[in-house]
Parts: sequence; structure tokens; C-alpha cells
Amino acid sequence: MNAKKKVIAMLLAGGQGSRLYALTQNVAKPAVPYGGKYRIIDFALSNCTNSGIDTVGVLTQYQPLVLNEYIGNGQPWDLDRMYGGVHVLSPFETKEGADWFQGTANAIYQNMRFIERYDPEYVIVLGGDHIYKMDYSKLVEFHEKNESDGTIAVINVPMEEASRFGIMTVDAENRVVRFTEKPKEPESTLASMGIYCFTWKKLKKYLIENENANTGSKDFGKDIIPAMLANNERLFAYTFDGYWKDVGTLDSLWEANMDLLSPSVPLDLYDPEWKVYARHNNMPPQYIGETAKIENSMITEGSSISGEVDFSVIFSGVTIEEGAVVNYSILMPGTVVKSGARVEYAIVGENCVVESGATIGCTPESVENRDDWGIAVVGHNVTISENKAVLPKEIISEDV
Amino acid sequence: MGVNNNVLGLIFASLHDSTVVELTKQRTMGSVMFGGRYRLIDFPLSNMVNSGITEVGVITKSNYGSLLDHLGTGREWDLARKKGGLHLLPPFSQKTADGVYRGRLEALNNVWSYVGHSKCEYVVLSDCDYVCNINFEDVIKQHIESGADITAVYGKYFYTEDSGACVDVLEMDAEGRIQSVLIDPQMAGECTIALDMYVMRKDFLAKLVKESAARNEYSFIRDCLQARCKEFNFMGYEFEGYFSRIDSVRSYYAANMALLEANNRNALFKPGSPIYTKIGDNGPVKYGLESKASNSLIADGCIIEGTVENSILFRGVKVEKGSTVKNCILMQGTTIGAGCSLTSVITDKNVEIQDGRVLTGSESYPLYIGKNAKI
Repeated sequence: MNAKKKVIAMLLAGGQGSRLYALTQNVAKPAVPYGGKYRIIDFALSNCTNSGIDTVGVLTQYQPLVLNEYIGNGQPWDLDRMYGGVHVLSPFETKEGADWFQGTANAIYQNMRFIERYDPEYVIVLGGDHIYKMDYSKLVEFHEKNESDGTIAVINVPMEEASRFGIMTVDAENRVVRFTEKPKEPESTLASMGIYCFTWKKLKKYLIENENANTGSKDFGKDIIPAMLANNERLFAYTFDGYWKDVGTLDSLWEANMDLLSPSVPLDLYDPEWKVYARHNNMPPQYIGETAKIENSMITEGSSISGEVDFSVIFSGVTIEEGAVVNYSILMPGTVVKSGARVEYAIVGENCVVESGATIGCTPESVENRDDWGIAVVGHNVTISENKAVLPKEIISEDV
Repeated sequence: MGVNNNVLGLIFASLHDSTVVELTKQRTMGSVMFGGRYRLIDFPLSNMVNSGITEVGVITKSNYGSLLDHLGTGREWDLARKKGGLHLLPPFSQKTADGVYRGRLEALNNVWSYVGHSKCEYVVLSDCDYVCNINFEDVIKQHIESGADITAVYGKYFYTEDSGACVDVLEMDAEGRIQSVLIDPQMAGECTIALDMYVMRKDFLAKLVKESAARNEYSFIRDCLQARCKEFNFMGYEFEGYFSRIDSVRSYYAANMALLEANNRNALFKPGSPIYTKIGDNGPVKYGLESKASNSLIADGCIIEGTVENSILFRGVKVEKGSTVKNCILMQGTTIGAGCSLTSVITDKNVEIQDGRVLTGSESYPLYIGKNAKI
């Protein structure tokens, strides 16, 4: 059997996602549910398999249990291969001692032996916390065509948001001239997506040098890219023009779900040529009751809806009783909203119970001072008792 | 080895094909679509798996392409295994080269090299014409404890003149021993009918198969269950749960529609014993700006812009704006254009109904539209 793989992917999934608060208390960010039947990591894994990449190392660190179980042998993404496939890579102990992954570059450095086993020409480095559909084979093609050492996928962002990103300045050939992390006065609008394609031999050299230099950050954006630029290596920017959304905050997670309901957002979950795969749990089709009123929403199998649902994303196995109202909200798997409860502008975690008469969140119009308004969030396995209220902007992770 | 690893499941996927000719024109009975996302074989297969059976042979006759595609390696039923697992037994693996058999006994004789090779002590036989969620562990337990030669699963059924063909009525004594078997009797009222599921020792089945082959007999019901019920100890096992019988397009329609009742749905889809099926990797159902859905069972991947009432929608159905779908069963990939009106219609796979069409059947005689038709 041919032991060589031309391209393998390394997926950084260790992020805690601390800005998702209650939603990442016991799970890593990539395992957070998104879009009715997915978890965030499904997008990157599906991109790999749809791009013809069959070897993926998933680097985990923070609360890996759910993620490990979810990925399993990789079968849902067709990544259960005889040779290659998906492998969950956790920090491990060596003769020299044990270390947590200290930065994105250090995480790859610690797993160099995994990469070397496949003797790849190119290594794609990905984050596990973005929602997007991207053909990585085009990125590799671009990388090869430019005889690049490192290719950074970039996306055009509005000038006013550019200072939140790592910004690339490029010449007429798309070669990267400068890279600035979160510039105060951005000189370009090309933002790094945290997606890289490297020629492995080159990357290996820089990873080792970076490790020996002991800079402390051991990060791609802070160390590896600047070091390669300083040595005048061939770095190119590959412009991606599809939908791409970071879901690192509660607001952006809510928005990214709402984007699915907007006809103008180019993220198609129904394209038979580019399916987004997920692990399934054998539930019957959803039942829509006689009293249900549903508009502008996404609802997933196993749910039973008899209440009113508008502009919402409802995950699998959710029950919304008659007389309950759910607007502009995200209800994660297994949650029950009882009769007379009201959920508006909210994210409710997995297996929650919203008792009769309870309210979660409210519309922006119903608060006097707009600064008091924001998305209300309920963590996983929480019960909101009868007639209790979760206020806008509130984040609840224990029963009330 | 646990008791259930000691049981071989055998499913007859092609019996009863002739009862729903429209639906089985291009497929076996086992691959007839049911309940929004299932095929009929999912029920016996999941029941076996949920009862701990890990070795299942599926006997087919013809038109088994869709069945082969559906079952694959059996992974979705957890039957892709090194030991045991799923085996499809198509006609050309069978003794009579054309694979044509006249009944269960002949079919079993054809595939005996597979059955005989299994190390299991017991067999469970099942057809695909009853939809239910049954635990075979209980049946096997009763079978062993009662010392019966065959245990036949039966249910209480209200027999009317409209009931389709091939009903087998079992008559039992107070101890549950089968005294007589009536095949397609002319009768009406409540009776106890065989649900086409049988448990017995494999060596007993071997004896029946060999003896019947020697006598040129082929029908399990007539030549064995009916003819030899005095000679052997055949017992009944009453299944008290919910079941529906598919013996005509009309009963197929009714059995689907029955799932709109919560009690029936909850009896069939129990959290502890799920019904497994092939995964389609569809997105969630998307409801549009002016959509109205009520009292319907809707599978993932559907896009609803119009009105859907009292209907069963399979995966990937599209209903465009201004269209009304009422009392319908729309199978996988059906697309309904804008401004259509469909009442009591069954569309097979990938039917395309273009803008403005009006189609009406009646509940007692639903209008059936064949696979890939364009209207």
C-alpha cells in the first residue's frame, strides 16, 4: 500500500471558546451545535472530505470527551479509511516530560511524527471554529501554481472591521508583502481566515526553529508567518469569496444561525454536490402539530412542534408545546419549551426545560435602554422554572 | 455467547410484492418507502438488532437493486461485522439458478448453505409486510420456556371484507397452542392473525425444509403451519403493541397516515429501540416566509414554502409558494411547483409536479403517481 499522502490536514480543535461561556462549559468550541443538526467542526471535516483530503489530524486539548465521541472513527465524514482517515490527537507524555499544546504552532510541532508518517508534500492547517464551505483542493492548486512556501486563505472584510483581524498586504501577484495582527490603521482589507497551506519541508524547518527560539507564543500568526516573511519565503494570499463566519462569540453564533434563514446568505446546506456531513442519531421525521405556526425557520428530525416558531433554528428532538412561542432563537437538541413559555432572541443549550410561563430574552423593541438588550443564553441541561425570567444579555448555566 | 448471539435472523424481502404492485414495480416489498424516511425492511431489521441479533440474512427474489443500495454493508443497523452481520442473499446465490421460489420453504432450501453454515441455534423469520416495534427477546424467551417447536407471533386484527389478500388466521387453545390455521378465510370481525414472524430452533427448520423439498412442498404456512399443527407443538405469542399491515395501496396509505396519531407514532418510534435507516445527510427542514404546516410528518431536507396539511413528506421534498398539499404522501425528492393543489395523492420517488397542477384522489382510493413521473 502506498504510504504517501500528497496533502493532509491538521485541524486545531483545542480551543476553549471561553467567549461562548455557558455553551462551552463542558465541551470544546468545535463541538458546539450549529445550524440545526451540525456541530461547528462538521464544516471543516466535510470540507476535507469534499476536497478529497482523507487524512486529518484533529488536535484537541480542552474538554475533549464530547468531541472524541462525536468524531469516533470518522465514518459520518467518510474519514474511516484503511490508511489515513481522521485521528484525534491529544497532548501526550514523552521521555522529556509532558506538555500541553502551548500555541497553534507548538500543537503542530508536537504532532510532527503524525505528519511524517504520511510523508506529505503539503500540510493544510485549519481552525475548527468557522462556518464555511471551501474547496481546499483549489487552495492547494493555487499553492502549487505559485510555487508557494505558504499560502494563507484570506477574505475581504469591510474596512471598519479590518482591525479585528490579521491583515495581509499583497502585491499584484498576490504575494504577501506584509502581515499585521489586528492593525489600528489597516492598509488592506484582506483578513487571514486561519487557514494555511504549507509546503511541509518548509513548515517543518520553521516549526523547529520557532520551538528552539522559545518565543512563548508559538503561534502561526504571531511567529511562523512573520518569520517566513522576514526570510523572504514565498508566501501567497488565496482569496476566498464565499460565506465565512467566525462563531467565537455568543452574538456571532446567534448571527451565524440566523444567516441560514436569510435567502441572501450564500451558505447552502442542500447542495447534493457539497453536503455537510454530521453524526446522526436515528430519530423519526419531525411532527408538526395541528396548532403549529411555523415561518422562516429550520427544524430538525425528531422534533415535535405545536407552538409558534418564527425566525428560529430548532435542533433535533426539540419539543415546543401548544401555546409556546419561540422567535429569533436557537434551541439545541432535546430541549423542551412548555405551553405558555416564551423564548425570544435567545440561545438555549442542549436538553433544557423551559417550564410553562417562563420567559427567556425579549425583543430589542421591548427594552427602553437599548444598551440593556442582548441575546439571552441558557447553557446545557438547565431547567427554567415556571414563570421565571431570563433577561436579555443574561447567561445562565444553572437551574433557576 | 449471550442468548441472542445464538439467534440468526432471516428476512424475506420479496414476499408479498404482489399486494402493492404499484409500489413494488421497481423494488422489493422490503424497499417500499414508509413513514417519511424509512423503508419497510428497516422495521424487522431494527427489531432484530434491538433484540441483540447480530447475524441477519435477507432473502430477495427480483428487483433488489434498491434494496442493495439501501442496505449497503449494513453499517447503519450496526450489522457491518466480522462475525455474523448482514448478508444479502440474492437469487443467483440460490440453488435454483433463476432464484425463483414459490414460498418460504423453497426459498430457505435455496439458501440453506448460508443458513446451515451459521452456528446459531435459533432462527427468527420475518417478512416485511407488518410495521411494528417488537422485541424478539421476549418471543425467544417464551419459545424456549414453552418448549414449542415453532412460536408464531400474532396480533388482534379487525378483519373486514376490504382486508387485502393473504391474511393467515391462527386459532389457539387456552394454552396458546395453535389448533388450526385459516388461510384467507371468508370472515369478518376481530380475529388473531399471524404477523409473519416465527421463532424456532434451526435444526427444526432444517428438518422442515428438507422434508418439504422431498415432497415438493414449498409453502411454510400451508404445508407446515397448517398441515402439521397437530403433529408438532406450534405456539402463538401475542404481540400486544401497535402494528399495521401493508397489503394494498389503500392500507399502505392508511398505515402511513396512522403515524399522524401521537399514540401510534410513540409506539413505533420508541427512544429505547430506535428504527435505523440509511442516512441521507440532508439539511434540516426549511420553512419559508409564507409556509403553513400542520399535522404532518416531515423528513429532513424538505423545503416548505407553501401549505402542508395532514401529510407525510419524505426526505428532500420541495413545496413551492402558493401550493397546497393535503392528505398526501410525497416520497423522496418530489418537487411541487408553485400554485399547485394536491389532495390524497401518493407520489413515488423524484416526481415532479409543475406549476399550477391540480391533482385529486380520494382517501379510500389515493391517486398514485409513479417514480420519476413529470406532470
